[in-house]
Amino acid sequence: MIGFIAKRLVNYVILAVIATGLGYLIASSTLHPISKFLGRNPPVNQDAIDAALDKMGVNPEVPVLVRLKDWAVNLVTHGSLGTSTGGRPVTEEIAARASTSLRLLLIGTLLGALIGVLIGVTGAIRQYRAFDRVSTYGSFVITATPTFVIAVVLMILATNLNKLVGHQVIQFTGEYTAGLQGGFWSHLGDRAIHLLLPTIVLVLTSAATYSRYQRSAMLDVLSADYIRTARSKGRTRGSAMIRHGVRVALIPMSTFFAYSFGLMLTGASVTELVFSWHGMGEYLLSSIHNNDINAATGTILFTAVLVLIAGTLADVLYAALDPRVRV
Amino acid sequence: MAVMGPETVDVAIEDDHLGSGGVVVHHGVIRRTLSAPQAWIGVIVIALVVVWAVVGPWLAKWDATTTDVFSFGVGPSRDHWFGTNDIGQDIYAQTLVGLRKSLVIGFIAGPGATLIAGVVGAVSGYVGGVWDKVIVWFIDLMLVLPAFYILVLLSPVFKKLSWVAMVVALAILSWMVMARVVRGQTMSIKERDFVKAARFMGVPGWTIIRRHILPNVASLLIIDATLGVGAAILTESTLSYFGFGVQAPDVSLGTLLATGSASAVTRPWLFVFPAAILVVTVLATSLVGDALRDAVDPTSGANRD
Amino acid sequence: MTEPLLKVDDLHVTFAGNPPVHAVRGVSYEVREKEFLGLVGESGSGKSVSSTAIMGLLPSSAKVSGSITFDGRELVGLGDRDFSRLRGQGISMIFQDPLSALTPVYSIGDQITEVLHLHDKALSKQAARARAAELLTLVGIPNVQRNLNAFPHEFSGGMRQRAMIAIAIANNPRLIIADEPTTALDVTIQAQILELLQEAREVTGAAVLLITHDMGVVAGNADRVAVMYAGRIVEQAPVRELFAKPLMPYTIGLLRSMPSLSAPRSERLVPLEGRPPLLTQLPQGCPFAPRCPAAIPQCREAEPPLLEVGGPSRRVACIRAEEIDDGRLPGPAIYPRPETVEPQAAPLDTATGNAIELRDVHKVYPLYSGSIMRRRVGSVRAVDGVSFEVRSGQTLGLVGESGCGKTTTIMEILELSGASEGTIKVADRDTATLSKAERRALREDIQVVFQDPMASLDPRMTIGEIIAEPLTVHDVPEAERRRRVSDVLDLVGLERSYAQRYPHEFSGGQRQRIGIARALVVEPKVVVLDEPVSALDVSVQAGVINLLEDLKARLGLSYLFVAHDLAVVRHIADQVAVMYLGRIVEYGPSEAVFSDPRHPYTVALLSAVPVPDPVVEASRHRVLLDGDLPSPADRITGCSFRTRCPLYKLMPPEKQETCRTQDPQRRPVAGTSVACHHAEHIDLITAGEPVA
Repeated sequence: MIGFIAKRLVNYVILAVIATGLGYLIASSTLHPISKFLGRNPPVNQDAIDAALDKMGVNPEVPVLVRLKDWAVNLVTHGSLGTSTGGRPVTEEIAARASTSLRLLLIGTLLGALIGVLIGVTGAIRQYRAFDRVSTYGSFVITATPTFVIAVVLMILATNLNKLVGHQVIQFTGEYTAGLQGGFWSHLGDRAIHLLLPTIVLVLTSAATYSRYQRSAMLDVLSADYIRTARSKGRTRGSAMIRHGVRVALIPMSTFFAYSFGLMLTGASVTELVFSWHGMGEYLLSSIHNNDINAATGTILFTAVLVLIAGTLADVLYAALDPRVRV
Repeated sequence: MAVMGPETVDVAIEDDHLGSGGVVVHHGVIRRTLSAPQAWIGVIVIALVVVWAVVGPWLAKWDATTTDVFSFGVGPSRDHWFGTNDIGQDIYAQTLVGLRKSLVIGFIAGPGATLIAGVVGAVSGYVGGVWDKVIVWFIDLMLVLPAFYILVLLSPVFKKLSWVAMVVALAILSWMVMARVVRGQTMSIKERDFVKAARFMGVPGWTIIRRHILPNVASLLIIDATLGVGAAILTESTLSYFGFGVQAPDVSLGTLLATGSASAVTRPWLFVFPAAILVVTVLATSLVGDALRDAVDPTSGANRD
Repeated sequence: MTEPLLKVDDLHVTFAGNPPVHAVRGVSYEVREKEFLGLVGESGSGKSVSSTAIMGLLPSSAKVSGSITFDGRELVGLGDRDFSRLRGQGISMIFQDPLSALTPVYSIGDQITEVLHLHDKALSKQAARARAAELLTLVGIPNVQRNLNAFPHEFSGGMRQRAMIAIAIANNPRLIIADEPTTALDVTIQAQILELLQEAREVTGAAVLLITHDMGVVAGNADRVAVMYAGRIVEQAPVRELFAKPLMPYTIGLLRSMPSLSAPRSERLVPLEGRPPLLTQLPQGCPFAPRCPAAIPQCREAEPPLLEVGGPSRRVACIRAEEIDDGRLPGPAIYPRPETVEPQAAPLDTATGNAIELRDVHKVYPLYSGSIMRRRVGSVRAVDGVSFEVRSGQTLGLVGESGCGKTTTIMEILELSGASEGTIKVADRDTATLSKAERRALREDIQVVFQDPMASLDPRMTIGEIIAEPLTVHDVPEAERRRRVSDVLDLVGLERSYAQRYPHEFSGGQRQRIGIARALVVEPKVVVLDEPVSALDVSVQAGVINLLEDLKARLGLSYLFVAHDLAVVRHIADQVAVMYLGRIVEYGPSEAVFSDPRHPYTVALLSAVPVPDPVVEASRHRVLLDGDLPSPADRITGCSFRTRCPLYKLMPPEKQETCRTQDPQRRPVAGTSVACHHAEHIDLITAGEPVA
């Protein structure tokens, strides 16, 4: 089993490397850092331009594959991802922003996945009853709504609530209130309040998707022969469905987790942006606006690594849940 | 035989042979789909939306760009059904323009992705061998990076080339998961006796794919195309919201929402109407796609115990 | 007379639907303590539904009325909680497909201890495990400690069914319900499991209710038999009386249509026309009347009640039962044997007289382990040196159980591209030397009929298109295609108008005829048939077998007939080849192989086939094989059969040495060619074998 997971991991790493390389190539062809220097009055000296661009390794005069090689070598030997257009090293920027993004991503999607699984299982067991109908239609509506719409709607509701109550109960702009005075607990409380709405958005969206898939997987299992066997041994209907059904129905969810991770990541980035968090989503967007090739590539690398980790986790989970693959 | 139920008993009765497997009968799919109430709702809503998108502008007297100097930032009224924005433009008309664009994008990108998925998946599944391995590996590669990020990276190209480029990009980035499903389905159909029979009759490979495999995965593809429309609209609107999709002066529901969200708190009608239309449209496609899925695979969602 | 253990009285089960399906329509029977009742019927008879009702495991959309009493307690309407206490302890059940019946994520040991813990909360984990180990030994599963931790997918079908039996007997139930427990298993494994079931009955003192479609299984195991048709019991009797003198025309027809190892070999089968009715469209009167040759007008007026006829413990639902009983209307008069069709067309003319010839053919598959990440761990010798001939105008029966390589062999032949090792000749042409055009031309001469009529017809094409497909390969113009399709539909006994319909509109037997029509439309001379009747109901098989025989005579065909059903092969084949693990272990004329088998595997195979005659069954000497088929990747030195060979066990050490070191080649012994070193000593195990 370890061997099987290790092989998949190696495969993921290779894919991540290639994907990052492709990302660099795409970024280099669509972004033009030189534009910052053009059209200025007085016009900037060509040598100065070259020097600035070379420092970042993004001079379009140098062939793109050579630049890619240099970038890769730089990464491997110095652990550096180059310099961002603002002048800061990309690794520094990412380090600062990564924890912000990860915090939101992990809490939101994991909690959402858990809730989604519970809703899906319950809905399948009580198929067509009130809970199932409500949760099914609810998931339909949520998955039909873009993440940013949900975010904005929640912002509107929160603002109205604040107005109603008279003071800022729910704050949602940014990750925390700048310049807040107070001790550890008040900072914590402040962050928690700011975390509330974005987390709700992520929990809603991931719960909605997970619950639908889990419900469908659970329904498939409920008609299986082994549920009937469990009952023939003397388990009551409910006990048979839960002890024998849920365990098996969870197996496809680990694969689903791997596939849906990309969507979850996108949703988290969008949510970050709407709530003005200084996370990786913002970094990606600003890299486009600033024509910052290194930043863009750094973000791609970060994403690829996350996908890699998620995929490996999914494999481990799958092997843990399904003895049939543990050869 | 799994569970006793009217369907299994019926199947057992209709076939005087033992242990017939779970072969899906495709006839009556349309009939079964339309018997589910949500399918009806979905189909009717989509039809209404499309009709309204075409006909709507003639129902009101304002067009999207003319400013009404008497109504700056006015809420819904008899004159302006969806209200006006800060410079007096009619939201109703703008919503229609945005809707048309979004619909076009959805109806091209969605089925487009399905087409790619169908061909790649069927070929990969049928041919097998090295080609299959290469294609599967390539799919895995494309799945490593979220489509959204790539689209964002490509957005300067959309700025230069217009929204058509975005449609193409959307299609190119959304076919992967379905291709894997089609591949899996093709591989299992390939093992079925009627394909083996065709091979042993001497029917050439391409003819087998055309005659036997594609019609049998058609239902999967139809479902995917339907759901793909909604997915494409969602992705496009998110991109446009952040300024990466449809570019000015073109208007889509996403761009409308972008301008509307800034004042969403004080002037909700700028945001709510386009958002509602968006959600309703995507929801309708989801309902139809889901009903189709239930109809094609009668064991999913059937009443069991 | 003591109260019966289980009493089912006027049971009705209806499933909700549009229209509602009345699956069980007033069924009454009893099972006494320690008694073995066999409930027989085909698809749609309601046999499984009625037994599932006893366990209370029908879906909640099913309406149950009537009475089911177990040990005096009424079960209909019993709540789930109370019922759960009874299930697994008072009554237990064994299901048909052990792979899907066992939860894939829990170990075998856990699934056994579960049934123990459910009924004895105070049981400690160690005690439960000890008892589980005991049970595994009882049901014949070796390596107990290892297998307690094994998962269902690691077991073979036979072992899984043994595990299921272990679970069923764990709490010493009073009644064991076995629902088609051996249908999914190979014949030799089926024999083992049935034997085990009888042992389980001894050990627990339980009564057994066995549900099956196989009259042979019932003949060899049951004390009493109840025959079901269209949701009702149509005949009930002690087993010997039922087989000696069946009184219900359906039972008579069923028994006469079954090929049996103990009946004369070349006696024509008596087909039972038509098929069981749809429960949603029951005709007025007796549901069997539309198919019954003995039907009279009164039969269609009202459904005959189940009445005592022909003895105190017999019941029959037929108004003519008394006539049948006292001889006025004997069975052969109701179902006369059809005439044999004389050969008409000349068979394939080849220089060697062979339609197909194989010489030392091998096919090796690489073996991968793991389902997600695959690496090569060995090879499977699926076809390991096979040689045989299909004589022109004759039928060669290729028999063997699952994994013997018979399907792989015919696939190799049908590819028409030679074998990786050895030669394959069709109509004297070596298939390895064919050009693409020659291959295409040769495909006109050799066609195939598959096993599962459901899977071998593309559900999206009309019958006409399906049958015409082989013609499209040979560029036959459309008008002629249509003409030939109509002709061939006539040939197989189907209406010409069926060409516009779709496969799902037909019954299994009809679909198989369509498959046969498709094979014959190009007018081949050689037909390969892969288990053509295995997937059909028993009452329908005879009709298709007779059709195949008629066609062979009329068109001068040569058949390569692959099957695992020995009775069918014995009936239809002129020559027989018995396969085991990719080799042919015995080969010869059908008469010789079946009446005087010389290879221990053939002997075991034949003795495992249930014969629908209780007298014969009771006096049979069963030769059981040890254990399961060895793993296909294993290399066994010497004779590959020795790990299970009953003859090997009886041989002195120096003879066993030969078996261990030397691979036996086929050699002529008595009337057949046998791959066994000690075929001369075969009577050591066949003593008293009365197989015809």
